[in-house]
Amino acid sequence: MQSRLPILVFALVMAAIPFVPGMPPFWIVLLDNIGLAALVAMGLVLLTGVGGLTSFGQAAFVGFGAYTTALLTTAYGLSPWLTLPLSLLVSGLLAVLLGLVTVRLSGHYLPLGTLAWGLGLFYLFSKLEFLGRNDGISAIPPLSIGSFKMLSPGSIYFAIWVAVILSALLTMNLLDSRTGRAIRALRRGHVAAEAFGVHTPRAKLLVFIHAAVLAGLSGWLYAHLQRAVNPTPFGAQAGIEYLFIAVVGGAGYVWGGVLGAAIVVILKEVLQSYLPLILPGSGQVETIVFGIMLVALLQLAPGGVWPWLMSFLPERSGGKKPDTSLKLETRPRSPGQSNILLHVEKARKQFGGVVAVNNVSFDVQAREIVALIGPNGAGKSTTFNLITGVLSATSGSISVLGSKVDRAPPQEIVKLGISRTFQHVKLVPDMTVLENVAIGAHLRGQSGPLASMLRLDRADEAKLLAEAARQIERVGLAGQMHHLAGSLSLGQQRIVEIARALCVDPMLLLLDEPAAGLRHMEKQQLAKLLRDLRDGGMSVLLVEHDMGFVMNLADRIVVLDFGTKIAEGTPATIKTNPEVIKAYLGVAA
Amino acid sequence: MLFLLQDGITNGAIYALLGLALVLVFAVTRVILIPQGEFVTYGALTYASLASGQMPGTAKLALAMGITACAFDLFAARNRLHGRLILRTVLANVVLPAIVLALTIYFAAQKPPVAVCIALSLVIVAMIGLYLYRIVFQPLAHTSVLVLLIASVGTHLALQGLGLLFFGAEGQRGPAVLSGAFTAGSLRFTGQSLTVYGITIAFIVGLWLFFGLTLYGKALRATAVNRLGARLAGIRTTLSGQIAFLLASVIGALSGIMIVPITTLYYDSGFLIGLKGFVAAIIGGLVSYPLTAVAALFVGIVEAFSSFYASNYKEVIVFMLLIPVLLLRSLAAPAVEEEKD
Repeated sequence: MQSRLPILVFALVMAAIPFVPGMPPFWIVLLDNIGLAALVAMGLVLLTGVGGLTSFGQAAFVGFGAYTTALLTTAYGLSPWLTLPLSLLVSGLLAVLLGLVTVRLSGHYLPLGTLAWGLGLFYLFSKLEFLGRNDGISAIPPLSIGSFKMLSPGSIYFAIWVAVILSALLTMNLLDSRTGRAIRALRRGHVAAEAFGVHTPRAKLLVFIHAAVLAGLSGWLYAHLQRAVNPTPFGAQAGIEYLFIAVVGGAGYVWGGVLGAAIVVILKEVLQSYLPLILPGSGQVETIVFGIMLVALLQLAPGGVWPWLMSFLPERSGGKKPDTSLKLETRPRSPGQSNILLHVEKARKQFGGVVAVNNVSFDVQAREIVALIGPNGAGKSTTFNLITGVLSATSGSISVLGSKVDRAPPQEIVKLGISRTFQHVKLVPDMTVLENVAIGAHLRGQSGPLASMLRLDRADEAKLLAEAARQIERVGLAGQMHHLAGSLSLGQQRIVEIARALCVDPMLLLLDEPAAGLRHMEKQQLAKLLRDLRDGGMSVLLVEHDMGFVMNLADRIVVLDFGTKIAEGTPATIKTNPEVIKAYLGVAA
Repeated sequence: MLFLLQDGITNGAIYALLGLALVLVFAVTRVILIPQGEFVTYGALTYASLASGQMPGTAKLALAMGITACAFDLFAARNRLHGRLILRTVLANVVLPAIVLALTIYFAAQKPPVAVCIALSLVIVAMIGLYLYRIVFQPLAHTSVLVLLIASVGTHLALQGLGLLFFGAEGQRGPAVLSGAFTAGSLRFTGQSLTVYGITIAFIVGLWLFFGLTLYGKALRATAVNRLGARLAGIRTTLSGQIAFLLASVIGALSGIMIVPITTLYYDSGFLIGLKGFVAAIIGGLVSYPLTAVAALFVGIVEAFSSFYASNYKEVIVFMLLIPVLLLRSLAAPAVEEEKD
């Protein structure tokens, strides 16, 4: 957990600024504008920098917020305080509508899609009769508390910055939570997150709504600051500028949004007021210089200014160790030794004409380590993907504890107590080991986004982190708990993936090449860990190329070659099986 | 009715050309080329200025950008400079635009014929496109699509501001490329609109042949699929980027020259025109040339009809058209594993 002290200092400084004697009123106006832009940029930080969803359309949500309050306060005489929730609601509801359409788009469709509807909405604002067309709506009442009317930029200043600081706190709380970890995992692709029960479209929609509501809040404040709205500030240019602010500040950092807003607003102001003195006679020079500086900045610091500034601060030692005495509920285990956990019956997967898995059948029993081996391209990882629901089988069936799970998505499979690791490590490199592992316990927490923002999730959160810490200790990485996952060696990252899978409290653990990249000693430790897990009642299905490791560890071995099962049995029988030797060495020995 | 269709097809053909250029640039360099619209206005307004005997500022811009590009080249190669390299970069980046500038000054004074105006405008904008890649995008080639996109936006802002500086806030029109007209039934075909159709078809066929049959075309496609792989196979990805930008700027300038006799263009008209090309490109999935061309015609026709029946909501309709398309796309193709950054 981050210290709240710097934020408190920042809040006090911001509160003191208007009282500095001789403060030019013009600076306060600038600060107002910075605050308004910072709100939108903060939403984009979450959306783009953290969630990986690029939106050019945020200006439209600012417009929704502004027009909602403008219309309701002028035409219907509602109080601005009453229109605040309505403005946020309108932005949020439209975000749901637009989000349902857009967030499922991947890669470059998303920014272009948002650009298109951003433009369309801009033209809609400027053409609708009841929104005053191009003239907009004027004579919006100011915000007022009792008889105090916030007429001047200096009085609404407090409303704006209270909103900024509160939003920043809520956003940071959200990021530092169960939901936040799911959001932060989005940018690295959805397969890993879904394997631990994260409903990724829902998580994407959530950040989309969060960003839209922040933009709507900015719009509401804007309408009451200007006390007039017209379509111009909600067009495509503005949408582009907000994104620019987020990128300049550092698109992965909440305070980067605020910093970016400050840099861009001040820069524009300086350019507008001083450039004509240097280069007189032309009105557009500031746009040119602005554009050129933007490109130059990206070439020099593509990550943004905030992380660049932060790198000058002394490295803070990681957080404290979670209290591991807290326990999560564990899965009820059915007694009995010989029941079949996983039953694969004639599973088949075709990619076009290629048969990757050809009618493969095998079982995994309780308390058993089964190894799936075979030469490269034998269909081992595809089999894993079929079992965990990442791919669905062309034919055949897969059942867990007797019930069929053929068409179940990964989120349902993990609920049954089957968790996995990946052949190509899928961790979030800029999250700590602890946070990465805690994603594994996603389904064992209940707190939703609202509870997280308001910090009502702490008891739940403490248990999740305790479980994560316990599993990290179990795999022997306690010393690296607060390191960033990306800073670990590849072998250690594989072990982190095992800890994450253990957080599910699984009955069956699927490990895809867990020993690759490990040293001899580490392999022995891993083998001991897996034996302990088995003796504790867990089953393990692993894919592995290190024959020495497999032969010493596995109770049973299934051999695949070109998608077909060619042998099954104990390590001793597999070693002497002529088919297996032929598959590996090419000739019958 | 029919004249609306005809109008739509003419606009659609232009959007198709721009859509093709956008697809081309994105596929090869991953840059979503917002300044494509500026290539259009630069081409159009340079042509119109020359035709009315004015000196276009773009020629000077080309020289300035060339000098910058030359400096970038020399700086990047500072540890392995040799005579031929210096000579080559100076020739391509400084001498060439200087000669073009001299020619422009010479011709601008004496109201040159249409063909000369077209040639000069195309060369000037092509050089701007080429140097733009060297200065802005080549140093960023390894970064994420988002960073490239923001850089693209910055470039758009700068170029649009320069456009105002060069051409003023007044709109301009240029002389028809091909004058004359004939009537067929109730429809009147102008030489200008026939030129538009002809050039669009020529470009689509040309691009198709280029990518399907030539080695450079295949190299460009390879770069698009896998940058690293292409480099390992000995393809210079920088060259691919240069070719893509060169083609995009020529296409943009040509589109501009073709529409400026039909409609008045302002320094900032290009942005919207380019965006409609985008709509077409997105419908085409940013990969398919024929689909983009068909989509562009569709966009042009929808625009023509909505400007006739609901002129106030013309832009709303065109951009909102995208929503159902995106919806269909997202339903048809469930998201695949996204690219890593």
